[in-house]
Amino acid sequence: MNYAKRLMWPLIILLALIVVNIVATGVDFIVPSVNEDGRLGGAFVNILRRSAPLLLIALGMTLVIATKGIDLSVGAVYAIGAAIACQTIIDAPDQTAAGLVFSAVAIALVVTAVIGAWNGVMVAYFGIQPIVATLILMIAGRGIAQLVTGGQIPKVQDSSPFTELGRGAFLAVPIPIWIAALVLTALALLTRRTALGMLLESVGGNPEASRLAGIRSKGITVLVYLVCALCAGLAGLIGAANLGSADANNGGLWIELDAILAVVIGGTALLGGRFFLLGTAIGVVIIGTLEDTIINVGLSSQWQFTAKAIVVFVVALLQSPEFRAWILKPIKRRPAAPAPAPAEEVQAK
Amino acid sequence: MPATAPPGAALVQMTGIVKDFTGVRALDGVDFTLRPGEIHAVMGENGAGKSTLIKVLTGVHGHDAGEILLDGEPVRFHSPKAAQAAGISTVYQEVNLTDNLSVAENLFAGREPRLGPFINFRAMRRKAKALLDDIGIDLNVAAPLSSYSIAMQQLVAIARAVDIESKVLILDEPTSSLDRDEVEVLLGVMRRLAADGTAMVFISHFLDQVYEISDRMTVLRNGTLVGEWATADLPQSELIGHMLGREAATLEQIERAASAHRVEDEEPLVEARGLGRKGSIAPYDLTVRRGEVVGLAGLLGSGRTETVRLIAGADRADSGALQFEGRRVGGHNSRTAAARGIAFCPENRKTEGLVGDLTVAENMILAMQASRGWARSIPVARRDKLVAEFIEKLGIRPADPDMPVKNLSGGNQQKVLLARWMLIEPKLLILDEPTRGIDVGAKADIQRLVAELSADGLSVLFVSAELDEVTRLSDRIAVLRDRELIAVLESEADMTTERIVDTIVAGGRES
Repeated sequence: MNYAKRLMWPLIILLALIVVNIVATGVDFIVPSVNEDGRLGGAFVNILRRSAPLLLIALGMTLVIATKGIDLSVGAVYAIGAAIACQTIIDAPDQTAAGLVFSAVAIALVVTAVIGAWNGVMVAYFGIQPIVATLILMIAGRGIAQLVTGGQIPKVQDSSPFTELGRGAFLAVPIPIWIAALVLTALALLTRRTALGMLLESVGGNPEASRLAGIRSKGITVLVYLVCALCAGLAGLIGAANLGSADANNGGLWIELDAILAVVIGGTALLGGRFFLLGTAIGVVIIGTLEDTIINVGLSSQWQFTAKAIVVFVVALLQSPEFRAWILKPIKRRPAAPAPAPAEEVQAK
Repeated sequence: MPATAPPGAALVQMTGIVKDFTGVRALDGVDFTLRPGEIHAVMGENGAGKSTLIKVLTGVHGHDAGEILLDGEPVRFHSPKAAQAAGISTVYQEVNLTDNLSVAENLFAGREPRLGPFINFRAMRRKAKALLDDIGIDLNVAAPLSSYSIAMQQLVAIARAVDIESKVLILDEPTSSLDRDEVEVLLGVMRRLAADGTAMVFISHFLDQVYEISDRMTVLRNGTLVGEWATADLPQSELIGHMLGREAATLEQIERAASAHRVEDEEPLVEARGLGRKGSIAPYDLTVRRGEVVGLAGLLGSGRTETVRLIAGADRADSGALQFEGRRVGGHNSRTAAARGIAFCPENRKTEGLVGDLTVAENMILAMQASRGWARSIPVARRDKLVAEFIEKLGIRPADPDMPVKNLSGGNQQKVLLARWMLIEPKLLILDEPTRGIDVGAKADIQRLVAELSADGLSVLFVSAELDEVTRLSDRIAVLRDRELIAVLESEADMTTERIVDTIVAGGRES
């Protein structure tokens, strides 16, 4: 099936990276260990835990990209979500109160959802190009986060239950992994069990045809930007909970680019249309694993950006039909098989 | 039956051409002969192998068996560029020029007149002007190409090919976006080139044009050669028979099937009063009764599409009122229109109709799903049943619901679009050029469908550039000219091709 084919190359890359790490550091890389406190640990579990915020953002980004859009403001929204939650908590007299943490999280999520709706309205109703509309908040968002924190970096006490969001575990599995898995499942169900996924792909694939078919594309567009910002806010909460603080300037810095990267690695085209949430998830894990791989094979951490670029390059090449045809040509010639036909030719018969 | 090859040295001689695409034999031992100065039509339904034959000749595809002789020398082109260097130029259906460059720059791209290392723009404009004058079109050569209509752009593409001094000029559906006058200009250019000795391969769905211009015809069917005839020796009905592989006159059977039922007494479904949109269509009155087929006739750009788009809710009217089922329609848009039971198959299937990446099944259920909203997904079992039913009913080929719709041929794509709207069981079906660029078989299917649907009580607004088709299917015909509805022809005697043309020419004033 088409879906499986799309996931094949990202999966191969991920497996290759895992094999490299196992060769370099032994099977301990992939096999989870059990810490003294009964929690799962080990290199790969840590990669998944660290990747959770990026995964959340990349999932939201996948939906936005499916509509032919892009959301550059997710990094700033991450910072806003983190700032609001942390500031709300440190402003309260008792930082350990569960109710306080709950309401801090709720306020942060509501605000980020409003921001997402704002992005969506600008794109859908005012017809501003997505890259421009979200660029506004990409720049302004960090300013808003600074206003929230008063230019300081709010530090939450380690005893606050808020930190559990980033550091805690449930049934031995780290909470961030739970959240990421739940959001992935929820979005997959939301898009594939309802007709939302198909309508998204329709709007992204051909906006005019979708309008003429009677699809409420504006409402759908706003919904998608809202979900994306909500994911970014949630990612900010996890990041802040892990650190115990919110840095308005550097929290989630450049994460939008990694998210776009993960989406592309996962097989969703920036042109909109077909999207692959599971592919995006694999793309995120590839990016996370890559960072460890560089250390494990003995390269200095300065290699990180270059290595990332190389992976992007390879994935992009593998996904290009032209490149595949070119590289496979000498192999296919031998058994006297006819050259692969352009699809429209075959179907026309 | 096929005539024996006439005397005269062949310019291009293709013999026993075989072309396989993974598992499918697209051409099976096809012969094709082109002589200097002749206009040779290659005829066949979509998928007959016309395009593949042309692509083999122009070096887009390699062939698996057979031989090509150019001027008696065996040749094998590995790229379109190589073919062009040997004097074989092609003008495609879609204009492939650069929109934002000027007309002159497009004409001379890659072979600009030079002044030392620089482009001599003045000379280029002068030569461009001369070239266009020569073929009888008057454009501002310094203006960007995008400022002209697609039709004009097509003529520029042809002018460019003409100027490259081709021995062989291939015209693949060059007239599909041209109006009558522009077609005349093009045919005139073709005649002049033929007189100069250029051989031309002409591919077109417009039989009238083929008969008007071509000297000989090669007919293909399912990748095999049916035969070669002198155009004068092959009546239209026989040609259609050869192309379809069934007896001719299939098209004739639909003749006035729609008139079998009387619609004069039916109540009006749609009443447009003074409906209009500035710069698009002048205010018009139009009534469509239940079960009636109203045809819209007029030249390209006469406002046919604009007229139906207002009723479809695709564009917003800025004057007048629209009544549907006796009630005034307010806040009309595509979504509310669909909810009322107004279905609209737009003129351009690819850009306005289908979502290419989605599958046949998804494209079919799109309007139905849109009306239910995203939260209420159509159950899989019901969806599969509906899709299978309509694939069967409309004869969509290949009958694969999971194939991306962009891989289907034009006729099958049109059927998918029709199925999309039939699924919501509309009361009014608006078809804008539903048979343009599709093969004869699919055309007959769609015409038959329109006749059947209207017999079942569905009202149809039918736009077509082909007057035959309009007169055959319609109960009444609205005639448009210069973005104005000038007449509605009602009586049987009035609804003839000649009468429509007369009305357009007279501008409606005398009628």
